Amino acid sequence: MTVQIALTHRFGGFALDVAFDAPPGVTALFGRSGSGKTTTINAVAGLFRPDQGRITLDGVTLLDSGRGLCLPPHRRRIGYVFQDARLFPHMTVRQNLAYGQWFAPKGPGVGEPGVGLDRIVDLLGIGALLERRPGGLSGGEKQRVAIGRALLSRPRLLALDEPLAALDDARKAEILPYLERLRDELHLPMLYVSHAMAEVARLATTVVVLEAGRVVAAGPAADVLSDPAAAPTLGLREAGALLGVRVAAHDVDGLTRLDSAAGPLWLPQLDAPPGTALRIRILAQDVILATERPQHLSALNVLPAVIRDIRLGDGPGALIRLDAGGETILARITRRSAQTLGLVAGQNVFAILKALSVAQQNVGATRAPRA
Amino acid sequence: MTDWLTPDEWRAVALSLRVSLWATALSLPLGILVAYALARWQFWGKQLLNGLVHLPLILPPVVTGYLLLMTFGRRGTVGQYLDQWFGIVLAFRWTGAALAAAVMAFPLMVRAIRLAIEAVDPKLEQAAATLGASRPWVFATVTLPLILPGIIAGAILAFAKAMGEFGATITFVSNIPGQTQTLPSAIYAVLQVPGGEATAARLVWVAIGVAMAALVLSEWVARGVARRIAGT
Repeated sequence: MTVQIALTHRFGGFALDVAFDAPPGVTALFGRSGSGKTTTINAVAGLFRPDQGRITLDGVTLLDSGRGLCLPPHRRRIGYVFQDARLFPHMTVRQNLAYGQWFAPKGPGVGEPGVGLDRIVDLLGIGALLERRPGGLSGGEKQRVAIGRALLSRPRLLALDEPLAALDDARKAEILPYLERLRDELHLPMLYVSHAMAEVARLATTVVVLEAGRVVAAGPAADVLSDPAAAPTLGLREAGALLGVRVAAHDVDGLTRLDSAAGPLWLPQLDAPPGTALRIRILAQDVILATERPQHLSALNVLPAVIRDIRLGDGPGALIRLDAGGETILARITRRSAQTLGLVAGQNVFAILKALSVAQQNVGATRAPRA
Repeated sequence: MTDWLTPDEWRAVALSLRVSLWATALSLPLGILVAYALARWQFWGKQLLNGLVHLPLILPPVVTGYLLLMTFGRRGTVGQYLDQWFGIVLAFRWTGAALAAAVMAFPLMVRAIRLAIEAVDPKLEQAAATLGASRPWVFATVTLPLILPGIIAGAILAFAKAMGEFGATITFVSNIPGQTQTLPSAIYAVLQVPGGEATAARLVWVAIGVAMAALVLSEWVARGVARRIAGT
């Protein structure tokens, strides 16, 4: 399941010119508002027809302007979750969920995923809502029903356009785990449009960064997010690396020990049993560097690492990319500190991270290994 | 009850109901189509169609009746072929009264339905399309249920207008008791005769009763539908 996308379109003073492949997993389209994310995803779903373009999904051509081919939306089989859930107000939740099933191909083995109402209802935790009408649901409930409705139309691809942007933080935290479960349990490719780095860092397996209608970076999430060159676009405050970890033990003093290739880490109590694989995002601005192993320091997490490269920006900051046991860690320090310490590529240093600095929202489920 | 109104008066009331029901029922599908076209489609001559639909609202009803006579009369541009090919005669028949009532009521029906269609969020229709519904299915399963209150309002409005239609009807199909004499024509006729005021008063009460019943019915149905659609 690979989506290949190449589009060009001229609006008044704005030109869209993007080309990228979305491999299986979650491909996040990241960028500021107005960068062309939604236009791109709408072109994939058939809600927008670009001047020129070619879009194929798993070998099926959805759009080929050269041949004058453009499948209408209802024949593309792309489940679309809109920012505003767009549930049908005159139908119950159950009828909303069943809507796409009328039109979906029948029989087992046709389309992915071959999942029924019960599984989706269970996966999204919407069993208690089935006989209610959309008007009485909360924003988070509506969005979960909208996700279920899209999934039950047996789509070949799930497109999500800022599905959490209209929700408050509590509702976001409520839905993110469900999206992680979809990613890990249904082998359905997803295109996820967002301008929120925290969501992208938790969900994406592939990241495509758009700026002013162009692709400025694309690749595996861990690579793109820790690429110092992409940091200005991603936002310096948001720059950081993804680290794959496994829960090792819950200590009696309220800390959880995590094992990673970079070494052991302690974080405040995590709600996951030992053995659970997680991925955590470590913000570059939360990392401190030392040239010698520090003594008499309150910070618990000290990881030996090697400097891979140093990127000096225009401002007072510097981004240091580190290799810690094969994992990438990004540190953002001042240029002055970098000069004072005499940091150079290849040098051995220690990366220091306060246990309390990793926010809960930056801890997410990892992509489970396939059985 | 039958001795309350004379047989001729009963015939006028029954004819009015029949004419109005047929006028409303037959013009409803066309009314929905025209309302949809005006609300959603961009096409050449849209303003012309809009003007044409609204013309009976602005023209003196006598003029509309005259134009109907010229077009659908036995020697009219369309009427002669209807007579020759299908044996359909409209002028001076109750069917003609239904046509006149439908034409006069059409703008009101279209306006009500068009407003309802414009209030439907096209984003909902887009969502239905991404779920696999083709255009006709989107209309049948999303648009139509959502505009149902507007359709009911438009139909009731058209029915009431058809019940009260007088000028175009009397010009096109005259005022033949038992054949083309509708309730308003009958009221007009008895008022021309000295001492007919009492009869007129009885018929006026019937007219008021029918109008009120239609209004109450439409309110009741529309409220039920609206509650179903509001989604709570």
